[in-house]
Amino acid sequence: MEDRVRAQFVECFGISKEIVVDELEYASIPQWDSVAHMSLIVCLEDEFDIMIETDDVIDMSSFKKAKEIVNKYL
Amino acid sequence: MHFTGKDIVKIDNLIEKLDEIDLVNPYSMTASEKMPFLQDLMNSLTSFHYNNCIGYRNFTSVFNDSVNHPLDIDSIPFLPVRMFKQHDLFSLDKSFIFKTLNSSGTSGQSVSKIHLDATTAKRQSKILSSITKNFIGDARIPMIIADSNELFKDRAKLNARAAGILGFSVFGRNHFYCLDKDLNLLVEGLIEFLDKHRDGPIFIFGFTFIVWQSLIQYAIKNQVKFDFGNQSVLIHGGGWKKLEDQKVSNHEFKQALHDHLGIKLVHNYYGMVEQVGSIFMECEHGYLHCPNYAEVIIRDPLNFDVLPFNREGVIQVLSALPVSYPGHSLLTEDLGTVHGEDDCGCGRKGKYFTVSGRMPLAELRGCSDTREVKI
Repeated sequence: MEDRVRAQFVECFGISKEIVVDELEYASIPQWDSVAHMSLIVCLEDEFDIMIETDDVIDMSSFKKAKEIVNKYL
Repeated sequence: MHFTGKDIVKIDNLIEKLDEIDLVNPYSMTASEKMPFLQDLMNSLTSFHYNNCIGYRNFTSVFNDSVNHPLDIDSIPFLPVRMFKQHDLFSLDKSFIFKTLNSSGTSGQSVSKIHLDATTAKRQSKILSSITKNFIGDARIPMIIADSNELFKDRAKLNARAAGILGFSVFGRNHFYCLDKDLNLLVEGLIEFLDKHRDGPIFIFGFTFIVWQSLIQYAIKNQVKFDFGNQSVLIHGGGWKKLEDQKVSNHEFKQALHDHLGIKLVHNYYGMVEQVGSIFMECEHGYLHCPNYAEVIIRDPLNFDVLPFNREGVIQVLSALPVSYPGHSLLTEDLGTVHGEDDCGCGRKGKYFTVSGRMPLAELRGCSDTREVKI
């Protein structure tokens, strides 16, 4: 699961997988801005065939958090 | 204003109080519950900003020499919104700046600069979510944005319009920007989207003038009708200034949406970049509503006395959300009327009001004894 979430980060933001670690936070890199955030949500929803709720969209503030949130829907 | 040591509010205590805010129903509190709750938060914020923002301290010291603490809600000092155009006000260490919101505002030339730390930005999103969900429901639904995605071309420089759209886009899915870069309607794309999604609810978001100009006017001029289905909801904001110039009322605006697009649920919101998050949303009965963590006070534009319900005056807005900058109590340049409290036909508690327009352009001046106050 972790690798699949990481792969979405890599693809969506166009960044190398080495920097997608638990501590990677929203807005800490220019590629993860508020525009890209919505794209990330779409990528994750498509990849896992889930529907993420509004509050989880807002709460997804780090890679670690993203894994926890995706896990909730599986 | 004099604050003693014990009044100094540590940011942790303040945040603890703010984190207790009820996010489930933003319109749950009656006047008797809300008054002590908001008074406590407003005093904490006033004290916090007084101790951490020198510009705010200088301003409030000049205007409130001997106010006792804690203050009544009515006595919380209010900054003119213009202050954020003229001064860079921040109550945290500069290293905490997470993002800066800019607004050109109606007055044009000068730009407001609102600095947010990550916690304040997130709190704004959560409160906006709590309010919006009260009107469109919990689920993220197919969304049409009455704007152009060209707004996001230069990602490093997003304007207030783009920021507003992004703030609301979390409530939607399958986002469709229905205008091209010149704000012409993408008719084919729109019809295709509607055909696909109209059996369920569709969320439409846009700025009032753009919705009028690019959607409604298109349908009127070309004598076409669109079918947005039975469950669509439009949320729009950004001000009526341009429509007032064309003498278009809220009633006509809604009627046109109903007649030409089949949209029956329409909510205007009143909000400003200086208080992002705690917006005032229009209910089914046509009134703007104060959520639990925000308030409006109507003041006499000549002497700033508080006016009773049903009297038009200048709008003061209070919000519990601004921690990183002293924007918790602001005097707007808009005129409005509070019509009542806790008893709106829609069932939501709190004050409900309407906005009638902007103050006539006037500079507040005395005669010869003007002096510049250094902030």
